[in-house]
Amino acid sequence: MTDTDTGKTTDTDTTTATPATDPAPADRTPAAPVAFPQDRTCPYHPPAAYAPLRATRPLTRVTLFDGRQAWLVTGHTAARRLLADQRLSSDRSRDGFPVTSARLAGVRGRKAALVGVDDPEHRTQRRMVLPEFTLRRAAALRPHIRRIVGERLDTMIAGGPPADLVSAFALPVPSMVICALLGVPYADHEFFEEQSRRLLRGPLPADTVDARDRLEAYLGELIDRKRREPGDGLLDDLVRRQRNEGRTDREQLVAFAVILLVAGHETTANMISLGTYTLLTNPGRLAELRAEPGLLPDAVEELMRVLSIADGLLRMAVEDIEVDGQIIRAGEGVVFSTSVINRDESVYPDPDALDWHRPARHHVAFGFGIHQCLGQNLARAELEIALHALFERLPTLRLAAPADEIPFKPGDTVQGMLELPVTW
Amino acid sequence: MRIGIDKDTCIGAGQCALTAPDVFTQDDDGCGTLRPGREDGGGSALVREAARACPVGAITVSERVG
Repeated sequence: MTDTDTGKTTDTDTTTATPATDPAPADRTPAAPVAFPQDRTCPYHPPAAYAPLRATRPLTRVTLFDGRQAWLVTGHTAARRLLADQRLSSDRSRDGFPVTSARLAGVRGRKAALVGVDDPEHRTQRRMVLPEFTLRRAAALRPHIRRIVGERLDTMIAGGPPADLVSAFALPVPSMVICALLGVPYADHEFFEEQSRRLLRGPLPADTVDARDRLEAYLGELIDRKRREPGDGLLDDLVRRQRNEGRTDREQLVAFAVILLVAGHETTANMISLGTYTLLTNPGRLAELRAEPGLLPDAVEELMRVLSIADGLLRMAVEDIEVDGQIIRAGEGVVFSTSVINRDESVYPDPDALDWHRPARHHVAFGFGIHQCLGQNLARAELEIALHALFERLPTLRLAAPADEIPFKPGDTVQGMLELPVTW
Repeated sequence: MRIGIDKDTCIGAGQCALTAPDVFTQDDDGCGTLRPGREDGGGSALVREAARACPVGAITVSERVG
């Protein structure tokens, strides 16, 4: 897949830039907006069909799955400004809030803690859980993460080769870490991993609704148990806090539990699987990293930038906003393509190349603004430890199937490998 | 160098402490704060980079005059 690295179509594809005849507000907008999202062709590059989007910065129009149009933010500077602009709402229950798949349309009425809430309520919610997600807390968790990573590798090595890296390593590591942090019994992991999978990928809209119901029921029962007998996880702390404040809001606790559990394991699992695939298909970069392990923190940032696994952050304008002479009107949907933004060549020269020596910081893979990933420092620690241990323990690790035959996730969900057959 | 952190705006992303760990840290609540003795930035070239990394623009940096 390294031969797709060049991305040469970006600047040469002018054929789609025909004059606009629709009532679109700017002549830079292509006549027929590109569909968003689309499936990737290489799991770590934006779809080739996004070339016109990459050639139209900082803002363009796209067509969503339901035929509605929305703004797509493509420029890095504009993205950082707009993600920090509170005239864009994250409240998905608003009429006209953009929806990127039929699957998500079914659960948009559900209360989503943190990610689906605007300030000032968002600030109150975030501060309730913030102390558990600081850099210091992530650093304190490193020995625990190392132990989990070591144990999962022992088990995988004992049972192979070959192995499926997703089910043997990439998924269980973050799943065990977040379980311990929240106070969710890991013994139930098959249940909640399956429901998280259905919540994020369906495939049917009914699957997503049902998965959400099941997760809410499971976590509701768990919270009821914690009310009777509090333990020492983050969910127990939230239960205790409500008790001390003399209030009972079970729905809020369940909403917190769902988002923290799902976001806490699925995203990191995808970064581990897709990060490993990317390193194995870019042997020069892997060799460089092995020769100089001190590059790892920068490599994790560069992988975050290039892989951009959460590709399509959703907002809705609640006031008119001007961006480079174009007006986003109140009520219009705004989508941020992190894969396109993170390859803005005015910020990242030769943006499709994987380069551990570039300053990859300031990517928007964790988002930006008030909703920037709460768990980012934990995710960084997990990625560094997992990738380092994996390649140190298994110096001969390689793919056990042709690179272009290994299945990965469709474009309308968090990007990552569906499976990753490896041998050593 | 004068460094200000708006604690009401801070969301505790930790970007400042990650970027310029000699100058910034996070307090017990998770909010960004200046390390004792480093309130003036301690000559670190990374302070402005840390301000730029803040996702909510909570950090202001200005040169002390005189």
